[in-house]
Amino acid sequence: MNLQAVRAIYRFEMARTGRTLLQSIVSPVLSTSLYFVVFGAAIGSRIAEVDGISYGAFIVPGLIMLSLLTQSISNAAFGIYFPRFTGTIYELLSAPVSYIEIVLAYVGAAASKSIILGLIILATAWLFVPMRIEHPVWMLLFLVLTAVTFSLFGFIIGIWAEGFEKLQLVPLLIVTPLTFLGGSFYSIDMLPPFWQTVTLFNPVVYLISGFRWSFYGIADVGVGVSLAMTLVFLAACLAVVHWIFRTGYKLKA
Amino acid sequence: MAPIIAISGLSKTYASGFQALKNIDLEIRRGEIFALLGPNGAGKTTLISVICGIVNASAGTVTADGHDIVRDYRAARSKIGLVPQELTTDAFETVWATVSFSRGLFGKRPDPGHIETVLKSLSLWDKKDSKLRTLSGGMKRRVLIAKALSHEPQILFLDEPTAGVDVELRRDMWQIVRRLRDSGVTIILTTHYIAEAEEMADRIGVINKGEIVLVEEKAVLMRKLGKKQLTLHLPRPLTAIPAALAAYRLELSADGCKLTYSYDTQDGETDIAALLHDLTASGIPFRDLHTDESSLEDIFVSLVRRQ
Repeated sequence: MNLQAVRAIYRFEMARTGRTLLQSIVSPVLSTSLYFVVFGAAIGSRIAEVDGISYGAFIVPGLIMLSLLTQSISNAAFGIYFPRFTGTIYELLSAPVSYIEIVLAYVGAAASKSIILGLIILATAWLFVPMRIEHPVWMLLFLVLTAVTFSLFGFIIGIWAEGFEKLQLVPLLIVTPLTFLGGSFYSIDMLPPFWQTVTLFNPVVYLISGFRWSFYGIADVGVGVSLAMTLVFLAACLAVVHWIFRTGYKLKA
Repeated sequence: MAPIIAISGLSKTYASGFQALKNIDLEIRRGEIFALLGPNGAGKTTLISVICGIVNASAGTVTADGHDIVRDYRAARSKIGLVPQELTTDAFETVWATVSFSRGLFGKRPDPGHIETVLKSLSLWDKKDSKLRTLSGGMKRRVLIAKALSHEPQILFLDEPTAGVDVELRRDMWQIVRRLRDSGVTIILTTHYIAEAEEMADRIGVINKGEIVLVEEKAVLMRKLGKKQLTLHLPRPLTAIPAALAAYRLELSADGCKLTYSYDTQDGETDIAALLHDLTASGIPFRDLHTDESSLEDIFVSLVRRQ
């Protein structure tokens, strides 16, 4: 195991966050705060409680997930795409590192960033709305699992993308809609029966449901199902990454 | 001594169907400077990329210091440093950070002392805290060399190290390469500047259209190049070379109208004056004379054309 290399890449990636602090940390925190102001304090006060939880508190897990997903994807995607774009990837490919080490370092760094971000948003939420965390260990587990899974997903996108446009495409056109429609802002029970069924095909539903359960003990689907779906998605991403490195897809001619 | 790099039967066909390397066999000797010479698109960079692990070979094997580059890639790659042709650097990193990063990437413990030595030897020390994007092209090239040397490689690949570099920097570069060789590093450089190969290399390989067409000691090659020929045009054809002139290495053309004398400029003294004297003494007049010499460029062009 080339731990020096893992450390070097991890530190390089974390230093990049430091340089782009405004974009990486401040802007998601700011936009999440705006959600709280609008939906929690302003509109939320006129919305009835959902399952006995004030609306402002109800949306906290969904908002954290929203940032967690988009940031994990874009951090990891950018981290591996940029060296491909500038050509500095030659060094990574010619270094004595295994693909497991490469993935560990890039995905580890991207996941670390979004976990830190998730925790910052959580702390920010605490300032705006009264809330509780019933299962803190499960909360952390979901946070870490989701961050790792979607950083892997982002890593795949970063290798697949051939331009900055494609890099933005998936987070913008797929992940954001799925998150908004995945129960960030409502309980699935509120939907008409037909749409409740359709919603169950949205993988993000399981993430948000499980995460919200760890806060308030209420869930749209069983927590075991949520965990299983997250692990299935993680396994799928691992399989794709494995295939990428076995074939050298878009990395090695 | 076992070669430090052994390439056998190496071929590369890209997905587009383009065959960049065709069954290459090549051995690089430990401690030498090997210049790989060839026109654009000959396969120089592909060959280096395969050895360094950036491009997958279609067929054949390569070992670096005895380690197979695929099966035993960790051991093989940690011996190798690569300076790519393109000036690809991160923009916002400092020189110090990027060179230290490379050392870590190659699995070596941090060693600020070594990084300092490398940066000083490349006249980069006063730039160590500069951001890479603020550096000139020549400085960036030095940074790429520093990155490649950060993990103390035994083999250094320099892909077109002096392309687009001014004369002064080129001299600098040559000096750096020589110092490295003196410290025991084997150096493989690609170039399409013949003068560079002539100046630097111990051995020269010529690659064209994916094939190695010649590998020769530079000294041997230069001796071939050092050959000059004096041709004498005779007004009256000779049937044979007169006995009085037998001591000279003379050749008579088929029609008997041309006498060719080959001599070596590197031997120092030549016998031209004596030959001309003996010729006149034998009563053989000549109408005209001219001399030819071949340069590395001529050899190179004829090799490349022949294909």
